[in-house]
Parts: sequence; C-alpha cells; structure tokens
Amino acid sequence: MRVGLFIPCYINQLYPQVAIATLELLEKLNVDVYYPSTQTCCGQPLGNSGYEEDSKGACQLFVENFAAYDYIVGPSGSCIYHVKKHFDIIEQTPDVVKVRNNAFELCEFIVKVLGKTDLGASFPHKVGLHKSCHGLRGLHLGSCSERMDPYYSTEEDLLNNVKGLELMQLNRADECCGFGGTFSVFEEAVSVKMGKDKIQDHLDNGVEVITGADHSCLMHLEGLINRDNKPLKVMHIAEILNSTI
Amino acid sequence: MSHSEKAAIFNKNEAKVNWHDKALWYVREKRDNAAHGVKGWEYLRDTASKIKGNVLSNLDNYLIEFEANALKNGIKVHWASDAKEHNSIVHKIVKEHNAKKVVKSKSMLTEECHLNPYLESKNIEVVDTDLGEYIVQIAKETPSHIVLPAIHKTKEEVDELFQEHLGTKPSNGNPEYLTNEARKHLRNKFLQADVAITGVNFAIAETGGFVVCTNEGNADMGAHLAPVHIACMGIEKIIPKEEHLGVFLRLLARSATGQPITTYSSHFNKPAKGKELHIVIVDNGRTEQLSREDFRSSLHCIRCGACMNTCPIYRRSGGHSYDATIPGPIGSILSPGKDLTKHSSLPFASTLCGSCSNVCPVKINIHEQLYKWRQLIVKDVKQPVVKKTILKITGKILKNRTSYNLVGKSARFMLKYAPRFMVYSKLNAWGKARELPKVKTQNFDDWYKAKRKNNE
Repeated sequence: MRVGLFIPCYINQLYPQVAIATLELLEKLNVDVYYPSTQTCCGQPLGNSGYEEDSKGACQLFVENFAAYDYIVGPSGSCIYHVKKHFDIIEQTPDVVKVRNNAFELCEFIVKVLGKTDLGASFPHKVGLHKSCHGLRGLHLGSCSERMDPYYSTEEDLLNNVKGLELMQLNRADECCGFGGTFSVFEEAVSVKMGKDKIQDHLDNGVEVITGADHSCLMHLEGLINRDNKPLKVMHIAEILNSTI
Repeated sequence: MSHSEKAAIFNKNEAKVNWHDKALWYVREKRDNAAHGVKGWEYLRDTASKIKGNVLSNLDNYLIEFEANALKNGIKVHWASDAKEHNSIVHKIVKEHNAKKVVKSKSMLTEECHLNPYLESKNIEVVDTDLGEYIVQIAKETPSHIVLPAIHKTKEEVDELFQEHLGTKPSNGNPEYLTNEARKHLRNKFLQADVAITGVNFAIAETGGFVVCTNEGNADMGAHLAPVHIACMGIEKIIPKEEHLGVFLRLLARSATGQPITTYSSHFNKPAKGKELHIVIVDNGRTEQLSREDFRSSLHCIRCGACMNTCPIYRRSGGHSYDATIPGPIGSILSPGKDLTKHSSLPFASTLCGSCSNVCPVKINIHEQLYKWRQLIVKDVKQPVVKKTILKITGKILKNRTSYNLVGKSARFMLKYAPRFMVYSKLNAWGKARELPKVKTQNFDDWYKAKRKNNE
C-alpha cells in the first residue's frame, strides 16, 4: 500500500511539528509513505471565499501530485473534505475520481483503513477534543449532536486508547469554534466571540490540552489562548497519538 | 451595512450576546430532547424532504387542485405575483367591508410583503396579536427571529415598552404580569376587529383546506371573532394530502420550540355561516428560486427556525444583523435570491459548519447552498478590490510550487522578524484579538529534505 502524504499549506509553513508527527505515526504503523514534493494546497481558502474558479490550478496540481497513490492521507479534516466535496469544479477524469475517493483524514485512515485504535501512545493529561465541523459533519468522523444517530467518534476511539489520557466532557461538544477560513478575518467579531466561548467551555471542564484533527481550528483557538494568557495548551491529535513517555 | 459590521456592533455588548446565545441554545437543547423522543426521527426528516421534493416538482398541479377544492368549499381564492399585488388584494378586501381595524396573527409572508405599513398608510389599524410580534410592533422594530420575534429583547426591556405603550406599572420584568396586561389589551383588539389576517403553515391540495399553527391561539381568536378572515400563503406551503400533515406537524413543533405539538393546530376548511374566508396565494420571487436548481430545495422550508437556534453565528450576531425578513442560515439562502446586491454579505455570515443542514427537519442542504451563493456573488456583485486581488493572486501562487515556496518563506520571515507594530496593524483583522502563530526556523519541507533524503 503506497500512501501519499498530504501536508496542508499552513501546516507545512507554520506547524511543521504536526506534519512530522503525522509522518512518524504513519511510519510506526508500517505504512509506505511518500511526500510528493511539488504539492501546495487543496484550494479551500479560495473556494470558501467564492473564488473556486481561481482554485482550479491548485486542484489540478493536487491531483497530479497524488494520482499515483493508493491512498492520500492528510492531518486536516477540512482540507480532505474540500478535496472530496468540491473538486467537482474540474473535469472528472479517472485520476480526479481516484484521488477524491482515496483521500482520507488521518484518524479516519488509521481506524477505518488500517483497522487500528490502540497505537501504543501515552499522554498523561486532561484532554479536551475539539470536533472540527468539516471532519465531523462533512467526513462523518463522528455522530453529531443534531442528528438522532447512534453515538460514535473516530477520534475518541483513538484517544481513549492513549495511556494516561483523560478525555474531558464538554458542555457543547460539537459547536463550531468560529474559525471558518476567511470567516475568521471577514467576520472578525463573531469569530473571536465563538472562539472565546469555545475556550471557556474547555476551561470550565478542567481541560489542560485542547486537541483535534484539524489544526486550522486549533490555530484560531491558540491565537486567542496566547493573547489572553489562558492556562491551556493546543496540540494536534497526531502529536498526541505519536507521543510516548 | 454588511452583516459583519452589524454583528460587530451587536458584539460590543458581550453580556447581551451571552444572554442571546444562551436563550437560543436552551431552545436548541429542548429541540434535541424532543427529537430524541421520536423513534425514527431521521426517517421522518427523509419523508418530509421527499414529500416537499414531490410538491416542488408538481407545484402547478397541486396549486390548481387546491384552488378547485377551496372554491368548492366556499373559500375565495386570490393569486398575487408579488408583494405589491398581495398588499392591494388584501386592501381591496378590507375596503369592500369598510373595515378599519385588522388583527393579524403571526405571518412571515405579510412581513415579507411589508403589509403593515401599507395598510397603515391607508388609515387602517393593524395589530399583531402574537405576543412577541406585538412587542416588536410597538417597539417599531422588525422580528429578529421567525418563531421568537422578540428574542433580542430582555423582559426588563419589555417592561419599559409596556409602561410606555400600555400604561403598565413597573414590574421589574415580571413575565406573568406583563403577559396578562398584554392579553387584556389584545382581547379588546380581537373583539373590535373587522378583519382577521393569518398566515398558513400547510395548505392541503386534496381538501382545499389549510392549517395554521400558533401557541397562543391568536389565529383562532381573530378568525372566529371577525366576520372576514384573510389567509396569506406562499405558493410553497402546499402539501398533497391530509395524511401528510402528521409528518410535518410532528417535525414542526419539535424543531421550532421543542414542544411535542404546537398548542393550537387549527384547521380551516370553509367559511363559517355568514362569514367570509379568503386565501391569497403569493409568488413574490418563489418561482424564480424554484428555477435555480442549486437553490430550489430552500423552498422546502417550513419556517421552524431550528437553523437559527443552532447557528453559532446567528446566536452571536442577533437576527437584525441579517437585515432581512428571514434571518439566519435559511434567510441567507432565500434573501440573495430576492436582491443579490443588498444581501451579498449573508452567505458569508457562516463558517459552513453544517449544523443548520443537520437540524433542518426537511433536510435542506443549507450550508452547501451558502457555498454555492458565494461563488455566484463573487461573479455578479462588485467585490472589495483588496479582497479580490489577494484571492486572485493566491490562486496563481497555489498552482505553482516555486511561487508557493517563495511566498511561504517570505511570510514566515515576516512573521518571525517584522516588528510587532507592523504585523499587528489595523489591516490585520486576525491580530486584533488573536496572536499569530509562532514560527519555527524550518518548515516541513526543510525538515523532510534533511531527514528523509531517500524518498521522492
């Protein structure tokens, strides 16, 4: 099984530790991982801002980079959702269809494709899980509080097997954090308020570390935490799953 | 003013935002509990969505069937292509009866058509009899929510309003006292009314009758007392058969307020002896929306307001920031169809979190339609030059690895070495309340080249 590692643009530039953890984690699980070196971005920032026409070049490049692999795995539910959901703007060649069908968010890939939930990690901390909307409602990484479906959560399946980790309950477990890509800038006031409320929910429930499968949400929350000096840390789920004592 | 500007003003009073958010979240939780009590809730949503899909595909036939049956029952049927025609039809009926006093039961359609100011300009008194509607009417405001029209007002604010308009005593916002005073006042209005106007929740093609749902019984009070009842409905309110009512009535009340059933689901099939019953069937842009394939399912909407209650943006920006008759997620799809330029900021007032689509009892893919509107708005409405230029250039950068590398490096250089006052300038909306990420020396590419040389 050949896996193409997709590292979203902002993770590559700003959070290399998340990309490294993702790579190391996949290698630990004996996956044959390749990092196509001419990848850039899935085009989501353009699509969500109404400029999906201008993102076609980025989409084509994405397909060129990843068409050769059996699976495409990335540490970001949001970007993977964009590939699966919005790549209908380019011609649906067999390569495009293959890439869309085989793109997986990291946790989903580990649980559903590799069939593993206990990765041998240990992380003795009180952790709050931020269920990012695109992963949750877009990729169905878990059941949503609005729907009357049986309860499940791909990320919780993984975190519950981390030694020493205590997963804290939240009052509004799957409310949006307010990042929303360019929403965070063009609707600054509401975005910030949503983020502040989200952080308060974690604080109220004794969380030490907020984690999630989408670092863009975590970037927004971290920005608020650091400005207000809140006693919270932010880590991508790959970093936690890759950690040992 | 755009949604974001209005929302920023609303957010200046954080205590009020917290209160508004909590009040609506409480309704959302009530809805969750009520929905959990129904076995096969998701199946019920599927069924409702399919019935509505069928209605929209055969709308002409169902409307004609409804008209024929309504006429048979002795109901007078009128057709209005737009708001203006709707208002003049209503006025004509009112005038024919020399009526001066009208009581209205909550109807978002008459709000959409701006019926109140129109009738008032003809010297006709119109009183909104739904308590929330009545509060916003005397405050000279519009409803900020379609089910809870005065949710933006605290009980203390209502207390002051009532002191001014009804001469009530200061009660420190005692809801029981205030409701009783309003009831006494409105009872007189009901007794004096010449005409009662109501909305329509569901019109049944098979029977030619219709159903109006209220929690206060005000539609019944109006329609039973006044000699003339005018019901106003949008063309999409039709359902094929009476047996389908069970699906929608179960979904509506639970989605709207978390009640198992609305307190009054009143069936009107024919005029009472010696009375008149009129129905005005209104298009006002609906067939145009129907013709837009990507947006037609927005006409499934049964106006329960669940998407507003669940929307984290609505809860923190208030209904008035949408500046539209129907605010919130569903309004952000409907309004651009009516006036794309005026409402061009609404589809962007969302993080596309998808909670609205999940909660919708008739399964409208709301967040997907918001995404679609964004693409059309950027093409058809003049965009701010800076935003447009940045995004166009971003598109070019992302198609090419060399330019991407260069921009990535310079951005990281800036973030690392530029002085704080430059990075956190007025132009940086991100940095107003948030820190930017702390940049590492290497990006992932650098690390990978150094550590994993043998790979591609």
